[in-house]
Amino acid sequence: MTNTTVLGGIDPEIALPQDIVDVLNFALTLEYLESTFYDTGVGTSGLIPASDLAVFQQIKKHEDAHVAFLLGVLGSAAVAKPTFDFTAGGMFSDVFSNYATFQAVSQAFEDTGVRAYKGQAANLMSQPDILTAALQIHSVEARHAAEVRRLRGLDGWIIGTIGNLPAAVNAAVYGPGNPPADFPAEDNTVQGGINLTGITSYGSDPLSASFDEPLDKATVLAIAGPFIVS
Amino acid sequence: MRNGDGSASAPLVVDRPLTAASRREFLRVLGLGSAIVLMPSMFAACSDATAVTRGRSAAVTLDLSTDLGVLNYAYALEQLEAAFYEEALKHIITGCSSSELHALLQIGQHEIVHREFLKAALGSNAIPALQVDFSSVDLTKRDPVFQTAKVFEDTGVAAYNGAGKLLHSAAYLVLAGKIVSVEARHAATIRDILNPKSMDFAGDDVVDANGLDRALAPSAVLPLVAPFIVTPISA
Repeated sequence: MTNTTVLGGIDPEIALPQDIVDVLNFALTLEYLESTFYDTGVGTSGLIPASDLAVFQQIKKHEDAHVAFLLGVLGSAAVAKPTFDFTAGGMFSDVFSNYATFQAVSQAFEDTGVRAYKGQAANLMSQPDILTAALQIHSVEARHAAEVRRLRGLDGWIIGTIGNLPAAVNAAVYGPGNPPADFPAEDNTVQGGINLTGITSYGSDPLSASFDEPLDKATVLAIAGPFIVS
Repeated sequence: MRNGDGSASAPLVVDRPLTAASRREFLRVLGLGSAIVLMPSMFAACSDATAVTRGRSAAVTLDLSTDLGVLNYAYALEQLEAAFYEEALKHIITGCSSSELHALLQIGQHEIVHREFLKAALGSNAIPALQVDFSSVDLTKRDPVFQTAKVFEDTGVAAYNGAGKLLHSAAYLVLAGKIVSVEARHAATIRDILNPKSMDFAGDDVVDANGLDRALAPSAVLPLVAPFIVTPISA
């Protein structure tokens, strides 16, 4: 590792354990995906209406910053940037010519990103500063997700598994991971062994929306897989 | 003044009594046609039998070296947030659109769920109900309500982000993570309502040049919320 800049209190000169490196490279892969996606989208004239451009410029700025930050922490241990296909093999063939498609893919990336970081938090507990930085990225992804959902006419939070994405994508992004007991679907209403239905008089909508659910690495990579060529 | 755990003399008893007509208007504005049933139940859900304590309540000390202490810290913040929305939604908030009020209502429900969840999870280890005081906020007007909500949600995000590393249990860390991203969704929503389709949903005032949201230690968070909490809290 040659980068001597101390980022967010994290000294890259200190060698990181391999399991931490693996988590951070997983995060870096997702940030490469998002960063490249927004770089292309914001750089495509006529795609994003002027009224919404400030939002996506801000998201792009953050995803670019996340890539730079993780590269700084990982140094020479960082994985290379993959080649991406944002049409996902044709499923989103008009992703950079149809704003609605672009927004849908954006929401899928952001809501999945929130679940991915949440799913890795416990794996970073041995490195408190890195855990904190990951949590700080995690909440930024959640802010992004909420804003994109609102642009698409949804609530900023996830009620049940509502995402208004193509059915198969929606089911993957908001569905259970593996094992489902540890990574439930977003409509989960049992937390820490406590059935939320029993502690308030609310229906399932606010109960499920009150908690976001983590996702395991393999399930996240399966969601991202169609967008990653190599 | 009401207790932060939602206990109060009666649900929907407001400082300024609602007439039948103004109450209908309130519910109409909320866009909750049949909500005359829903609204009281929203608050009644959390109204336990505890009497409202008058006067200054006993001080609370949080031992943040233990997970129970950290969870009680979260419980204190959730009490504050939930009580704020309960209190605000008892007023007719002028200048609010129905969609804005609907967002406030939902956010308030989420905070109540967080509070009731932490209370149930902590059981006999839970700190008492905090006394809160929102008299410094004009709860009858849109801007002060949303500006205060913004402070609470942003502070909540920063507090959870800063407290994550204090937890020893992976299960509790994941639970905190499940809550903090919803707080961030609230913060973005409130900010988008105040300044629509701008960069403010994740503005440069809360996200730094590395793309990191704020993370604040409890010692930095407690002074920020102290103006709204009567019960002395130390950590």
